[in-house]
Amino acid sequence: MIKKQKKNIMSLLNQEEAKKILSKVIDLSKAEAIEVNIEGSKEGNIRYARNSVSTAGETSNISMSIQSSFGKKSGAVTVNEFNDRTLEESVRMSEELAKFSPENPEFMPPLEQQKYLESNGFYEKTAEVSPEYRAKAALSSIAPAKKNGITAAGFMEDYSYFEAMMNSAGLYAYSKETGIDFNVTMRTEDGTGSGWATRDFNDINQLNAAEASQIAIDKAMMSREAKALEPGKYTVILEPAASVGLIRNMVYGMNARSADEGRSFMAKKGGGNKLGEQLVDERVNIYCDPTNKRVPGQTWSGDGLARQKMDMIRGGVAKNMFYGRYWAEKSGVAPVAYPSGFIMDGDENTSLQDLIKSTKKGILVTRTWYIRTVDPQTLLYTGLTRDGTFYVENGEIKYPVKNFRFNESPIIMLNNLEALGRPERISGNLIPPMKINDFTFSSLSDAI
Amino acid sequence: MLTVPLLGNIASLEEMLEPVALAVKKELADIALGTAKKAGASYVDVRIGRYLNQYLFTREDKVQNIVNTQSFGIGIRVIANGTWGFAATNTVNEQGIKEAAMNAVAIAKANSSLQDEPVVLAPVKSHGEVSWTTPTERKALEVPISEKIELLLKANQAAMDNGADYISNSLFQVNEQKYFASSEGSYIDQDVHRIWPTFNVTCIDKENGGFYARAALSSPMGMGYEYLAGKKEDKIYGPIEGLVMYGNTYDIVEDASNAALQAREYLKAKSVDAGKYDLVLEPNHMGLTIHETVGHPLELDRVLGYEANYAGTSFATLDKWATKEFNYGSKIVNLFADKTQKLSLGAVGYDDEGVQTKEWDLVKDGILVNYQAIRDQVHIIDQKESHGCCYADSWNSVQFQRMPNVSLAAGQATYSVEDMIKDVEKGVYIVGRGSYSIDQQRYNFQFGGVLFYEIENGEIKGMLRDVAYQSNTQEFWNSCSKICDKNDYRFFGSFFDGKGQPGQISAVSHGSATTRFDNINVINTGRKI
Repeated sequence: MIKKQKKNIMSLLNQEEAKKILSKVIDLSKAEAIEVNIEGSKEGNIRYARNSVSTAGETSNISMSIQSSFGKKSGAVTVNEFNDRTLEESVRMSEELAKFSPENPEFMPPLEQQKYLESNGFYEKTAEVSPEYRAKAALSSIAPAKKNGITAAGFMEDYSYFEAMMNSAGLYAYSKETGIDFNVTMRTEDGTGSGWATRDFNDINQLNAAEASQIAIDKAMMSREAKALEPGKYTVILEPAASVGLIRNMVYGMNARSADEGRSFMAKKGGGNKLGEQLVDERVNIYCDPTNKRVPGQTWSGDGLARQKMDMIRGGVAKNMFYGRYWAEKSGVAPVAYPSGFIMDGDENTSLQDLIKSTKKGILVTRTWYIRTVDPQTLLYTGLTRDGTFYVENGEIKYPVKNFRFNESPIIMLNNLEALGRPERISGNLIPPMKINDFTFSSLSDAI
Repeated sequence: MLTVPLLGNIASLEEMLEPVALAVKKELADIALGTAKKAGASYVDVRIGRYLNQYLFTREDKVQNIVNTQSFGIGIRVIANGTWGFAATNTVNEQGIKEAAMNAVAIAKANSSLQDEPVVLAPVKSHGEVSWTTPTERKALEVPISEKIELLLKANQAAMDNGADYISNSLFQVNEQKYFASSEGSYIDQDVHRIWPTFNVTCIDKENGGFYARAALSSPMGMGYEYLAGKKEDKIYGPIEGLVMYGNTYDIVEDASNAALQAREYLKAKSVDAGKYDLVLEPNHMGLTIHETVGHPLELDRVLGYEANYAGTSFATLDKWATKEFNYGSKIVNLFADKTQKLSLGAVGYDDEGVQTKEWDLVKDGILVNYQAIRDQVHIIDQKESHGCCYADSWNSVQFQRMPNVSLAAGQATYSVEDMIKDVEKGVYIVGRGSYSIDQQRYNFQFGGVLFYEIENGEIKGMLRDVAYQSNTQEFWNSCSKICDKNDYRFFGSFFDGKGQPGQISAVSHGSATTRFDNINVINTGRKI
């Protein structure tokens, strides 16, 4: 199978190949400025349910986005065909679109060459995953499930990806990465228990699908015959998978422009934004670092801006906000690019088990689901617990409880922080388990 | 002015649409069919797709971005050793297709040792060479960009003139050119068009540090640019002055003006008192309620556990359906699926595994009677014919069961929105799609809206804010006490409905008339940070 993979790797251009095709497109330009991005990927996946494989596939694709501009008029075209005629037609089309566009006063000319940090998220082994490997991983999940009277449903996806950009101001950027995502839901055959586990890595050698599957099986068995507790305010222990959605929404919501315009939780009464203000508990530190070895990320964003190591919240205080190039220029500050992921500090000496041990009465939430904005002004979200929710008393898990709907704001939540544990990688971020007081559950759900 | 199409690679696109190109597609498809069969596949289908999108983004008096995207490639699905395999490539030549076809078969064979039972496909008629096109008066991609931009900016100006602080206004246009061929003898060429104008008008209360964004009351539609005609006969005047809703065409300028006034009004509206209310839900709001509480729970793959690891399963289990007396809703509730409804997002002639589309009942007189199922599922519910709701969002995505249009039938007796409000003692009239969240088995949900009006003793008292309602799906539909007549029936839809791993989107419409639900729990969502 390796040989086949190498043929498919055509969708992954190296530095020189990418530079060559981008230069060719730039040379075709008759516009005042041109910016070209190219990205390609090879992806393989296997999906199983009811203890059997349901779908599996491999895809490869490569696409190019061409933006031409005349003064402050611009037009963009995306294509995935690369013969000479198509490339020329596409450049001409982006130029035509630009000419027909009205002037955009917020248009920013192409950036000059930037300095980028070094980061390595590409692993050959991940790029060479075969259908047989995927089938084996699925089997390592399905076999123990069957043995325990459990029904497994899971998904594994591996990918290799590259992105490069070039513009008429001389900027060139290139990056490539690999990744593997694995997640599995284990349900008891009588449908009364459900457990879930997820893993994501750049290096496939770090994935142990059997180990993750066993955790999900254990949670499924433990969550049977859940008792109903009254909704209300509870002390909760949130596993990283339970808090990541809320915290990600908060971090990515720290956009300077929407705050300055008065339409964000970061907007200040009377005008301006909350940069420099205490937002949450002083133990909360959240930062971005594309060079972090556990969560390496692309060191430049799609418009060519360099991604830096940077505090977002330090000591509970808002230290940075994201500034697009136009708003940064207008505000007289340097632009700040959105990150590929974020890192929240925790306590390396405290495990999830330690957080449970120190809890007199509380709820352990292992996962949350279907999180949606209720009020963007207060960053109020609603969502539900899922796949393993447990009552904790005197430092021990006592029994499983029925799932809850919550209505909570991450700002309120992180002001009610009691303790943090050891951070774990989840969806490309590092997040610690955390103990929160007065978390608001508004109703019960019968879902298992 | 630009002519068709607006996107790159004009020459080859035109070639693909000419009869000669159709022959080319057939030739390419036959390479895939032949290669996969030779490699050991017992069934093969091939989809050659060109997917064209144009997105226009504006705010206030500025055009932020004009984006055209084009994606072309081939997806090959096979059954080998009784197991599915899939491979896709954008290298659409003999070598690329052969490699992908063999890869699909290799994947199927690699996984067949994990397959307990072989895939069973319901029989399908061979259609030979057929075609289908979305009926449009004016294809959106053929309309000059300047005309579209002019309209968006006019709407933006109208909002600003009426007190808006900001408006973000977008127009999404989609064209799927799909060619399907199978080893069972069908060669189907389809040209599908969809459009969605949508905006958010924001008003700021700087003094008190508040803001409200009023979303558009438009609907995504399976139509051309004619949807933006805003015809007088398609306007539905609500029971409150200044509230205008829309049927088969949409007046974006008028809606933007009203949005600014209503967003400003919202900031000063009364915060709702939490408690039990009778809800009067208009169709633009009902669309998502139907989508989440009926559309998703009745997807057979969810019911069976195929979506257990992502979207979840369903409370509407086979044992409940088998009783033939499971009260999904009250007796007046009739919910149906339909892939043929004109102007809808889900309308096509054939689904993505070559099955001709149709209409069927899901809930009849309140009783659960059927699900949504495709070829490899219907035998599980003892049916012999696929429902024709298989879909893939791209040539490089594998097709699977997706929601058809799911709609609530209008009430039989003459009954208007005004009649309905007159009959309510304590209620809330909710307009437009808001926040929505539902659990993984589709029991517990919480929905918001765009505009909320308090009803007291048969009259609208004024606007409310901070409203969301929570309920349980079966209880909710059993509390359905009145449905307005067909004069009030119209579509809402979801342009980007997500499902599956890897995730795919699909577009689907939901029709209904204004509907009343009794004694529902309303919560107050106001907070201070």
